Amino acid sequence: MTDTSTTTSAGANTSDAQPNHGRELPGFVLTLIAIAKTIGSLSVTMLGLLFVTFVISRMSGIDPVLSLVGESASKETYEQTYRELGLDQPILVQFWDYLLGVLQGDFGKSNLTARPVLDDIKRVFPATLELATLGTIIGVVFGVPLGVIAAVNKGRWIDQVARVIALVGYSMPIFILGFIAIVVFYANLQWVNFGSRLDVWYEGVVPTVTGMLTLDAILDGNWEIFKNAFSYIVLPASLLGYYSLAYISRMTRSFMLEQMSSEYVTTARVKGMSEWAVIWRHAFGNIKVQLITVIALSYANLLEGSVLTEIIFAWPGIGNYLTTALLSADMNAVLGATVVVGLIFVCLNIFSDLLYKYFDPRAK
Amino acid sequence: MSMTDISAPAEKLGMRAWLLSEIPTSRRHARLSTLYARWLILRGNSMSMFGLGVLVLLVLSAAFAPWVAPHSPVEQILSNRLLPPGSEGYLLGTDTLGRDILSRIIYGARETLMIVTLIAMIAPVAGLFVGTLAGYVGGVVDIVLMRITDIFLAFPRLVLALAFASALGPGLENAVLAITLTAWAPYARMARAETLTIRNSDYIAAVKLQGAGPFRILTKHIWPLCISSLIVRVTLDMAGIILTAAGLGFLGLGAQPPSPEWGAMTSYGRDVFLSNWWVAIMPGLAIFTVSLAFNLLGDGLRDVLDPKGGGQ
Repeated sequence: MTDTSTTTSAGANTSDAQPNHGRELPGFVLTLIAIAKTIGSLSVTMLGLLFVTFVISRMSGIDPVLSLVGESASKETYEQTYRELGLDQPILVQFWDYLLGVLQGDFGKSNLTARPVLDDIKRVFPATLELATLGTIIGVVFGVPLGVIAAVNKGRWIDQVARVIALVGYSMPIFILGFIAIVVFYANLQWVNFGSRLDVWYEGVVPTVTGMLTLDAILDGNWEIFKNAFSYIVLPASLLGYYSLAYISRMTRSFMLEQMSSEYVTTARVKGMSEWAVIWRHAFGNIKVQLITVIALSYANLLEGSVLTEIIFAWPGIGNYLTTALLSADMNAVLGATVVVGLIFVCLNIFSDLLYKYFDPRAK
Repeated sequence: MSMTDISAPAEKLGMRAWLLSEIPTSRRHARLSTLYARWLILRGNSMSMFGLGVLVLLVLSAAFAPWVAPHSPVEQILSNRLLPPGSEGYLLGTDTLGRDILSRIIYGARETLMIVTLIAMIAPVAGLFVGTLAGYVGGVVDIVLMRITDIFLAFPRLVLALAFASALGPGLENAVLAITLTAWAPYARMARAETLTIRNSDYIAAVKLQGAGPFRILTKHIWPLCISSLIVRVTLDMAGIILTAAGLGFLGLGAQPPSPEWGAMTSYGRDVFLSNWWVAIMPGLAIFTVSLAFNLLGDGLRDVLDPKGGGQ
């Protein structure tokens, strides 16, 4: 999963390194070309994503007409709806219509909630964003120092501990670790709440600004609600944070090892600089750019990885919405959610690519 | 006298000495001795050997499930439901329908093995084909194929697999198909990169002069060089693939009941995990062990086959 994204950025880098016609173009033209290329590749990828989801919807054995009109509808009603849905049109025309709809934010109606899919997604998405954001923060706050410490103490026990932590993160199904966490921290220790986002009697007290309850509570200055919301989010966010930590700490470690073996580090040491300054000011200063890229990728992966987490914790985000739709064959909702998650995933990938190019003078 | 003393152990060690000899006498000899040297390095890595051991155990339990398993994987004894681990006759306890969890895990090794084998056979081969073709032919073919690859690379894997699996209908085969469709792209990228570095080398030019066509060059001279990095990548990817498959099973989109697929088994434990944790955790630990084994073996293989690619 994570490797995939790394390859994407690597691939994008190589394909962008082509234009070299011998004469220098002015800087702003190069920037414009780079922006145009990014937009171009983004739109091609999105077109592909939409095409694949469209194909998926046509592959499914679910009859969209039947699920609208019901089993007992007459033949005339059936055929009328069939035409209204545009199913008598050639397949490319249907794709075109679908494309136009999506570009206007129209993913159709959800059969389950009887509301436009986009409205549903707008409602559930902040919950996922809140979870993934807090998860990434946890992953960065603990993962980066862990990676640095492991690299500095390469081969010692702390490096081994860091390796085991990462290996478990790479190998453990997230829902199993989630089960264990719930049994330990909710059922036995009773440190946290579980099963929702907020206690029922607190619902609707804080005005919705961002849709992220902890943030809304802070904005409102309501600490009681913040505490309650936090007691619900802390466990799933820590779970996601753990997986993010596993990835971030490994990447940090290998970036740091690369720096620590380079000559300027030796020079700094020879000059008599303190080890702390060598590690944090010199070596760490040089991996910041790579690290930002990794964090952006990990954030994208968490948005996706939250699907299973949301289900175990009954967290009402996009993952839960998607799975509920899946299990009740609500194809419009499934595709809408897939496209939205895919879009964010692609954008974060490209964003991390751009960050890299912006901050790293060598990539310019 | 002294001659026989020396030659006697040499005959005993004949095979080993032949494999370790520095001057290969034939192509097969060179190939085998390289393999043996790599095996010796891998054998020195105890973590990787542990991983290999687990995978061998997986294959054995899949092959001999009917003889190893103490109970039938599907027989339901409702009076024995939800027995905790360590109950008499049920080492790992029983599930909500009174089935022996240990026996189900042993039989479930077959499903896991099937998923892993099918995906490992299809996805890398498809990727290899697309990647080397794009890299070797170049031009428009390259651009088009790599655009398609990029599109698949950009997808969030689990979500896309979910959408595929739901459209195709739940089932093990469809889950495999869904994962394969999302898994081939990285291999294509990798194979293309390798092909680009090989394409203009002298030995390819020499083979061309001998009159070899593009098909022969691809299959005989480019593919073999891509294989080792591909094997490393596949082994390391297997952990993620097992987790994705387990996730699909957990959501009810993989193997269907009463199949003892591990992911599906964990979903039985979902409703009871606060009171009867073992129903979900035991198969979960099985998934963890196998996925860990792939990670450990992959790390070792990378050190042996692709030393420059390792971050160690």
